[in-house]
Formats: sequence, C-alpha cells, structure tokens
Amino acid sequence: MGLTLRSVGKNAAGTGETCGTGCCRVAALAGNPNVGKSTVFNGLTGLHQHTGNWSGKTVLTAAGSFEYGGKSYALVDIPGAYSLRAGSAEEEAARDFIAFGGADVIVVVCDAGALERNLNLALQILEVTPNVILAVNLMDEAKKRGITVDTQGLSRILGIPVVPMAARRGRGLEELKRAIAVFSPPEYAYTVRYSQEVEEAVNRLEMVLENLLDGALNPRFTALRLLENEPGMIAAIDAHLGFELKKHPLLAPLLDPVRGVPETFPEGIGNVSNILIEGVYRACESIAEECVRGPAGYGERQLRIDRFLTRRSTGLPVMAALLAVLFFITVKGANAPSDALYALFEKTGALLSRGLAALSVPAPVHDALVYGVWRVLGYVVSVMLPPMAIFFPLFTVLEDLGYLPRAAFNLDSGFRKAGACGKQCLTMAMGFGCNAAGVVGCRIIDSKRERLIAVLTNSLVPCNGRFPILIALITMFLVTGSGAGSAVLAALALTGFVIGGVAATLAASRLLSRTILRGQPSSPTLELPPFRAPKVGEVVVRSLLDRTVFVLGRAAAVAAPAGLLIWLAANVSIGGQSVLRAVTGFFDPLGRLLGMDGVILTAFILGLPANETVVPIIIMAYAATGTFQGYESPDSLRLLLTQNGWTAVTAVCTAVFTILHWPCTTTLLTIKKETGSLKWTLLAAALPTAMGAVVCALIAGAAKIFG
Amino acid sequence: MDTALIDLAEGGSGVIGDIDVNVGSRGRLMDLGLTPGARVTCLFSAPSGDPRAYLIRGSAIALRREDAAGVRLMGR
Repeated sequence: MGLTLRSVGKNAAGTGETCGTGCCRVAALAGNPNVGKSTVFNGLTGLHQHTGNWSGKTVLTAAGSFEYGGKSYALVDIPGAYSLRAGSAEEEAARDFIAFGGADVIVVVCDAGALERNLNLALQILEVTPNVILAVNLMDEAKKRGITVDTQGLSRILGIPVVPMAARRGRGLEELKRAIAVFSPPEYAYTVRYSQEVEEAVNRLEMVLENLLDGALNPRFTALRLLENEPGMIAAIDAHLGFELKKHPLLAPLLDPVRGVPETFPEGIGNVSNILIEGVYRACESIAEECVRGPAGYGERQLRIDRFLTRRSTGLPVMAALLAVLFFITVKGANAPSDALYALFEKTGALLSRGLAALSVPAPVHDALVYGVWRVLGYVVSVMLPPMAIFFPLFTVLEDLGYLPRAAFNLDSGFRKAGACGKQCLTMAMGFGCNAAGVVGCRIIDSKRERLIAVLTNSLVPCNGRFPILIALITMFLVTGSGAGSAVLAALALTGFVIGGVAATLAASRLLSRTILRGQPSSPTLELPPFRAPKVGEVVVRSLLDRTVFVLGRAAAVAAPAGLLIWLAANVSIGGQSVLRAVTGFFDPLGRLLGMDGVILTAFILGLPANETVVPIIIMAYAATGTFQGYESPDSLRLLLTQNGWTAVTAVCTAVFTILHWPCTTTLLTIKKETGSLKWTLLAAALPTAMGAVVCALIAGAAKIFG
Repeated sequence: MDTALIDLAEGGSGVIGDIDVNVGSRGRLMDLGLTPGARVTCLFSAPSGDPRAYLIRGSAIALRREDAAGVRLMGR
C-alpha cells in the first residue's frame, strides 16, 4: 500500500534512484512471481536489487531509471502477483499500482515456459489499460525444454508490442528499452469476451461509467469489477475516485439494492469471479494454442531431482546435509582469512599505538583507543566478517538455484501443524541472512494472523551476525583442534544449533497459534520454479557489496563506540570498583541461574545494537579484570574463558542464548514499523528471551544435578 | 463416485471438472489456472505426503491435501 505515482514516479527526486524532472515516461514492471522480473529490472536500470528464485521476493517496490536515445525513463518494479484479485498485502500493492498508479506503460514480464498461465495476469491488465508491453522472458530456459513462443504472432493477436527475452543472459534488454521508448498507445488491443449475460451487463454499465468516470478509470474494467462486487476491489476503486462509486446518483439506480450488482444481472448466474476467471483462461488457452509450440510436461531430470529432494526417506536428511556442508565450508574457509585479518589489525594497532605515543597523547586516551576501540573493531572484523563473507554467498547460491521453495515444501506440514503458514519457511530462511530482512519479507504471507506469527518468531533462527558467535563458541570451546575432522564436527554442532532454532520457531509458532493468535492455517500459493544455474560471479559480487560492506560499516559504527564504552566501563572506578564490575556483578546471580555469568549477560545487553559485538565484549570484560595477554590463538582465548569459570555448559548455554534472546535494535525497529504496534514489538523481544531463559535454566539445572 | 485431484498417484494426470464451492481458496485456485478443462499432473509429494506438487499449465504448484481434495476431476 501507499504505492503511488508520486512516491515512485516522475518526480521522485531525492531518492537518488529515479530521475528528476527529466523523465519523459514512467514504465511499470508487472508479472507473476518468479518470472525473472527483478532480473529484468536490474538489467534495465543497473540498480542492484536482490533477486531470489522464490515466489514473492520483491516485497518492497523498487524504482530506478534508464537512458535510451539520450532520454531518461523511470522504471518501477511492482511486487509479483498471479492475478489482480489480491490475496496478500503485496498483491494488493501490485493491484493498486497497476490499476491506479497511472504509469504510462506497463511491462508485463512472462515466463515463456508457462505462458498460458502467465497470460492470465497480462489479459487482466489489458482490461485496465491497453498501454501494455509483453516481455516474454526465460526464452532460453523454455527452449531447453523444447518450448518455442511465436512472439510475432502473439503481438499480432494482442495488438501490443511483444519482446522476447533471456534477461539473465542480457538478451532482449535493449529491445525492451527501445519498445518502452517508442511506445505509443495501440489502436487495437485484445479484449477478453465473456458470456452473453456478462457482456450485456457490462455494456449497460459501460455507457453510464463512460461519463461518470471521465477518464479516471477504464469503464469496461470498472464495469467488470462492479459485477464481480468484491469488497476490497470496490473499496480500492472508491479510494482512487474519491467518492463511493456505487452510491453515485448516476449509477445507484441501476444497482440492485440488496445484491449491489445491476438489477438486470441474472441471479442464478453463479459466482461472477469464477465466470471471469474461466473466461480469461479460455482466452489464454486459445492464444497459447496459436503461439506456443512444445511439450507442456515437466522435465524428466528435473522431476528425478525434485523427487530426491522431497521424498520421505531423503527430503529432510538432504536438507540437514546441505546446511551442514554450507557450515563446513564456512567454518573451514573462515580460518585463514580470520588469522590474516587479525594479524593485520595487530600490526596496524601497534602502528596506531606508536603514532599516538609520538603525538604524546595522554595514556588513558591512548589505551582507550588502542585497547578499546581498535581491539574490538579488530575482533569484529577479523572473527565475524570471514564467516559472513563465506556463508552468505553460499546461501545465496542455494537460493538462486531454487532450493528454498523445495525446503518450504518439505517443511510445510510442520508449519501447518504449528498453525502457521508454509511460506514462513521462506521468511525464516531470509532470517538466516538478516532478521530485519526476514521480518520485512513476512509481507508475502497472506493472512494477518500468520504474518504476525512469522514476524514474532523470525529472530529464533540465527542471523548472519549471530552465526559467527556460534562458530566462535563451538570452535573455541566445544570442538577443539584444527583438523578437517574437527571442522566436520563443528559444522555438525552448528547444524544442530540451527535445527534447534528451527524447532524453536515451530514450537513458538504453535504456542502463539494456540493462545493469542488463534486460527486456522490458510492455504498459501507455493510455486516450485525450475532449477536455475546460479550466476556465481554475480552472487559473490552482490553478496560482497550488499552484505560484507554493510557489516563492515555496521562494525565500524557500532563496534568502535562499544569498544570505547566497554573500555571506559572497565577502567573507570566508583568506590574502588570498576563500573563494569559493578554492572556484571549485578547481573551475575541471574546469569549464573541461566548457566552463564554476569559478564555474558551484560555482553548480550550491550550487544543489542549489533550482536557481532557480544563475543568481543565478553573477552574485553574478562581481560580488563583478569590477566589476559592477547588474542593470539584460540588456545589463549580458551584459557581466558576457563580462568573465568567457563565450562562446556557455559558455552552451550551461551550458544542457546545467542539463538534465543531479544532481536537486535534494527530488527525491533523493523518489527515496530511492520506491525505498527509497540505491544507486538515488545512481545517479539519477550518471547525469544523467555524461551532462552527457560532452556538455559533447564540446561544449567540439569548440569548441576547430573554434573 | 467421481474422483478428486487428491486421488491422483504420483505421475498420474487428469482434467479438472469443478472446484468444490466449499473450498475456501476456490477463487485463488482458479486464478492459478485450475479451471474446468485444464489438465493437471501430480508430480511429487512432500516427505509427510502433504502437500503435493502438481503441474498446472506449465508450472509446478504445491497444493495442500484439503485443497486437492476439493478439486474434482472429470470422469475418464
């Protein structure tokens, strides 16, 4: 919602993404989910926007612009939709922009391999406006399956420009730019014709609407919606017109006061929506019959892979194994770069120290900068960054391949038994990258109840900022050694913790849907797109740009001040006791009850703005009060932790609490924005914290009894 | 007795007859292409047997048991 031409269109200067006053035309990109719409968008604008191979990835509308022939054109990426009959919030946004957004031309992106089904949306949009360009994408993929599309024939039938494309290979982009640039409203555009009863009713309404609407909306489109009489659509039309259409003095006399549809419209005709849907699909079928050649089946090889990935005996084990392999590569691969980065920070730290000394900077300032700011920054960058920089691209490759919808498919019954939406698996997967992104992603979930469940439980899976904490805890304390064997064990331990997070998600969803968010699970639309070879190069570049730079920036913005704060707290004394000690002492009893200690709990509290800082804060705090010499090796770290009373139980409880505690500030702010409610935001913080406290207390209690 | 989509075995296919009006997501299913006369093939099932993936007008779409049970097939 809130998607208007003003917010994204011609004069949306200031965002820096759309052109200023120079744009001569606004084009909107519409299409079913998963037809490569975002790839087309990126290809046209060069703007980097994340695209994923699953339904409904574009949850936020992106705007950009491109140049053609010396002129600038604005481009809006509309969320994917199967139909203008909106189900989810994002489909509503798509519908509203298509129907009322006032774009000069709408580019409907289609999948050449499923043209018949994709034409459903295209023909519906043609009812709104004839100013449509059809972009038939994925021509290469379809060709591999033996499917060819006669785009010229299609253009002849529809009366609009049709551009064949293979956007992933950059094919058709120039042609599409040109089609947008030279577009002029077609003299003839295809119109779906319905049964006689419908057409007669439409004609009668159209005559009145022609005068009444005065160009504000297409009369035929409006007449069809009046016949359909779907409250959400009527409300959207009223909002656009600025008055209640059905109460307009010219129209009201024609409508049956009880049924709200024209008096002449026969009562026994059945559900009008269904008649219209059938009518559109019949048109799709006949158009496809003329223009599409090739087998309509599912690829044999594709089917074999899919059965392997979803079968009872292999589906879930393969999923766990894939995660474990991802983690193994991450754990193993992060070692060397971590060491190298650490050495670099030590060296530059020494230089910094000497430089400060040469400037005769007072000792407390020198210490605060070198031992506070620089050390924490160094730790965050060297220990946190490499695993993120490895894990995220790997995960994106899996996503690009199209595996995630299969994972959602496998876990659907689990989520449904928990009373939640199967698509929550997708938003959960987005949470692995970043919980704030996962929370925004929850917009793909249709039902409000299920969306709230997904939002409230998103932080129960560890995000990219928390994986390295788990890796650090595991490699430092639980699985020691440096061989490949221990890397395998570490990967398995990490997989175990993540599966625990997924289990916690299901348990919390179940709890919510049995208590404050009661209701029946709805049936979401989950499409399983064909596997696509990921563009590895682009994935790596994109991940490095999108994620790594972001994390580095955040590290500098948050870790550096945190380092300063913790150093000050450790070195400023009140009444003979350092502030840090006073604070950690205060939290110590509670921390011990949860199998941790005051320092760890304080670190989690101070880590609220960014979880990346939790481990360095713990180390700083211990080092400030103990005899810690340096971070040279995991062994020296282990020694430091052991000296401070750590056992395997402490490490396990800290790992559990890493997964199950309040979300970071960014995520909380996002939850507040998405739910518009402080109550839900507080619950989103309280729920995981309570779960973590209970689990940790149980582990600590059991350890006391049996240990 | 007429058969429903849920009765299709993996690999089996049929032609849509009508969708039970009591199925809540009837309009949604039709909008996905499950309209009378359309051919549908059952592709594969989730580990628990539910949902199942069906080939509908060129795309694989997952349908849950209660939806698939409401989609009637034409007599063969």
